[in-house]
Amino acid sequence: MAKMKQTRNGTVEKKLIGLADLVITAAQRAKDPTMAIPIRALSNVTFNERKGLLEMGNKTQSRSFFNAGMAKKFMQTMLVADALSELQRAELTTSLREIYYRTKHTIQDSHENTFDTQDESDPIIEDLEVSLVALREELHVRAENGGSVVGPLLLGDDGDRVDCAKLGKGGYSVPSIVEPEYVEICRCTADFVLLVEKGTQWNRLSEDKFWRRYNCVLLTGNGQPPRGVRRLARRLHEEYRLPVYVLVDNDPWGYYIYSVVKQGSINLAFESQRMAIPKAKFIGLSSGDPERYELPRNVGIKLNEKDIARAKELLNYQWFQKPAWQAEIKRMLASGLKYELDALANKDFQYLTKKYLPRKLKEKDWLD
Amino acid sequence: MGARQREISVSEFFTKNRHLLGFDNPRKALLTCVKEAVDNALDACEEAGILPEVAVQLEVVATGSSAVLPASQATRFRITVTDNGPGIVRQQIPRIFAKLLYGSKFHRLRMSRGQQGIGISAAGMYGQLTTGKPMKIISRTGPRAAAQYCAVQIDTKKNEPLVLENKQVEWDRPQGTQVAIEVEGRYQKGRASVDEYLEQTSIANPHVRLIYRMPEGETKEYPRAYHELPPSPKEIKPHPYGIEFGMLLKMLQDAKSQTLSSFLSSDFCRVTPALANEICKAANVSPKAKPRDVRGALAETLYQTIQATKVMAPPTNCLSPIGEKAILSGLYKQIKGEFYTAVSRPPSVYRGNPFIIEAGLAFGKTPDSATKPEKSVQPLAEGEQEEGDSELARVIRYANRVPLLYQQSSCATFKAVLATTWRNYGIGQSRGALPAGPMVIFVHIASVWVPFTSESKEAIAEYDEIHKDITLALRECGRRLGLFLRRRERAASEYRRRNIFELYIEEVVEACNRLKGGKLPTEKLKAQLQKIASSRTGGIKTEETLGKTGAGPEGLPHSIIVTAEGIEGDVPPTLDVSRAGDPATEGPDRICIEEKLSPSKPGRRQTAKPRSAKKAPGKVATVPSLPKKGSSAQQQAGTVRTGRKAHLTRKNK
Repeated sequence: MAKMKQTRNGTVEKKLIGLADLVITAAQRAKDPTMAIPIRALSNVTFNERKGLLEMGNKTQSRSFFNAGMAKKFMQTMLVADALSELQRAELTTSLREIYYRTKHTIQDSHENTFDTQDESDPIIEDLEVSLVALREELHVRAENGGSVVGPLLLGDDGDRVDCAKLGKGGYSVPSIVEPEYVEICRCTADFVLLVEKGTQWNRLSEDKFWRRYNCVLLTGNGQPPRGVRRLARRLHEEYRLPVYVLVDNDPWGYYIYSVVKQGSINLAFESQRMAIPKAKFIGLSSGDPERYELPRNVGIKLNEKDIARAKELLNYQWFQKPAWQAEIKRMLASGLKYELDALANKDFQYLTKKYLPRKLKEKDWLD
Repeated sequence: MGARQREISVSEFFTKNRHLLGFDNPRKALLTCVKEAVDNALDACEEAGILPEVAVQLEVVATGSSAVLPASQATRFRITVTDNGPGIVRQQIPRIFAKLLYGSKFHRLRMSRGQQGIGISAAGMYGQLTTGKPMKIISRTGPRAAAQYCAVQIDTKKNEPLVLENKQVEWDRPQGTQVAIEVEGRYQKGRASVDEYLEQTSIANPHVRLIYRMPEGETKEYPRAYHELPPSPKEIKPHPYGIEFGMLLKMLQDAKSQTLSSFLSSDFCRVTPALANEICKAANVSPKAKPRDVRGALAETLYQTIQATKVMAPPTNCLSPIGEKAILSGLYKQIKGEFYTAVSRPPSVYRGNPFIIEAGLAFGKTPDSATKPEKSVQPLAEGEQEEGDSELARVIRYANRVPLLYQQSSCATFKAVLATTWRNYGIGQSRGALPAGPMVIFVHIASVWVPFTSESKEAIAEYDEIHKDITLALRECGRRLGLFLRRRERAASEYRRRNIFELYIEEVVEACNRLKGGKLPTEKLKAQLQKIASSRTGGIKTEETLGKTGAGPEGLPHSIIVTAEGIEGDVPPTLDVSRAGDPATEGPDRICIEEKLSPSKPGRRQTAKPRSAKKAPGKVATVPSLPKKGSSAQQQAGTVRTGRKAHLTRKNK
């Protein structure tokens, strides 16, 4: 943390204090204190085809204090801003949950709590990220270490040198903040990055030392990859020109995870500049794979109503308009089945390591 | 075989089938005895035009050699019911109390509590059967007459009274009757108990003063809340639609008239001589025929013709509804709530019997109990929630002012309550259940002949006409309640809005202060924000809509609204004079508001809500012009009410 740039730090704190000024000036002019918060929804997201990533539009919603529906949120926003500025001054980082606890108290002379659950405070932190144009790291908020990495990669973390090739099968737990100020990539000799959706399959690949044989960096985000994992993949892609392959379940949620890695998420579109990897490839599991790899039909799972609805939504997203993708999604809908990565074990425990991925890589069988 | 065949007397029949009369179990038997005695007392007083004052006493009687048991375990009780009625002449006493199916009420069509003349004698018979003790009666017809004491039993074989003792006694009351019965029974509080019966009786009969000495020795008094005797109902002749064929045959045989047409017009109501002739013509019978000669097929044609002829609905002056004002007084006296309303439907007819449906509603908790500081001052943890209460509404049912306590679910009134969609009025209701909420629903049917489902008079049969009228009355009550709730809700949300701003201002100011490094003039910022808050939420207006400064019962007819600051609407106009000054007997303290002094009435409004005087000076002028609640103004209000009722009726139909 000592490496942090003091100037940048100062601006974030200034921005937070700006919120207090907003209230004070509004009060002086007898106006309703109102802040503009960019909308984090599909309606305010555009797909920049040239750059291949999602960009946030400039639609905002106003949050004013003297509106019965927004008053509580406004108050909560001020409390969170206060807690964030406290972090800035103390030069500490913290988790979302700790912010929730820090800001939670019972309002004087009432039974009402400032926050009832963490679900109320998390979106407010995102609101502040967006409206102050400050990254979460800059706000000193970290998510839980949500991912693991293993492979021929040498990292510098807090002055320790971490050789990700010598960390057994457990690997290095990717911190939520992997900006150069925090994590330094000292050396990387891999040929590509493989980002696996599921921790279980990452474990399989790590145990089988797949990365050693195919010289790659193995990354997982245990589901929807957290920012740290996405940012690390992006840095490897950018700084070491490594191609990134994404291995997910064959279901709409898997497709969406791939699209988040590639183009960015709708919710945090403003961060795609920093996170998205427009050249990432979808290596599997494709809806064509069960046939090609002769997976029996009985290891499939019937698509439920939610799956079907989600798949239809994906079909309409601008960034899924490539013919190959339309065909991919429609094929899944037509089969009515989804397949988990784990289903490959039906053929052999090491089928993924020994047959599936080698063949995929050899045939360059991926989607863009 | 023939030798064994013999006549069965009514008394014998009911001795064996006592459940038919409501003596199925000891607990219910105790209630039935009290009920029959009280009903008789009230009927007697009202018929004589006396405001009833009834004392009910329950005492535990020792059985055999054992000591007196506590009331909850005792099995034998003495019931003593004393009234201030007209008294009974000596010769009649034995037959009234010790002969089944003897009475004044069966052969006439007139609204009264009792119908068949079984009640009190059946109670006495039950006592005799279970304890062997005679019924003891003291009666005095006036201050000048001597009081008569009578101990009677019933000869069940002959259905004839047996007088065991008959003498003149000293009695401290100038007039009235006292009945004492010793019965086997069980005394339990709670649902369908004697206590509940008396409480409900007092709700529907606010003109009655009831004194109840409980078996534990306590005395409960239900003071008189309404000082007018209900108008005495008139007796009517049967309506042609209301009789059955057999009944017609019997009437033809008993007819005093010489000709058929005069029989029809004199023995039935709503049959004019012209209409009688028309009927005869249509039935192909000579109007001059002797009624006694009309039999068999001819009589049947006549019956069918009568049923097919259009006859005007029976007169309704034979009914004496409780009245909206009295229902309000009754509910208000006994049930704590925030909102009361009452609806009297116009009369209607089922099978030629006129009836009136009345409904009432008491909703909410008293403001003082609602605003009581809750005990959970502890801050709530994640996942914890404040418990809301989910009590269901209570239905209290009456037939001719008598509470019905058993067989709720088979009663037409209860079914109508279930069938009403209370959700439309802002009240929760799960499927097939009573509406949820702190609410008492009052339903009364007044009729010359209440169609009970059984002799024990527990549930009302579901005639379409009756069901429809109950539903209409309930809907009107619900509509008013919905209006009240919506208005209250709107005002409260406005009020809450300002409260939340006030709550949050503190937090926002503190957060700003910390953000600015603790160097903020916090008081100044707070004041500025508070100013914005009150200007944004319409300051004084909120208090007005909340009813804190406004006047009148919010435009709702026949309703009482109780707020923390006072009571609005048709508040019971008077108190029992004799006990107005005695704080010990005043019961619920709300009742003691002085309403009688009409000159000071506008003043009361002002003192109850001083804000209205200050904040809205324009309002003061309007207050005295509001209809006064004095007796003369009641007439005035009454005419307005009728007009409105007619209007509502049209709308509902």
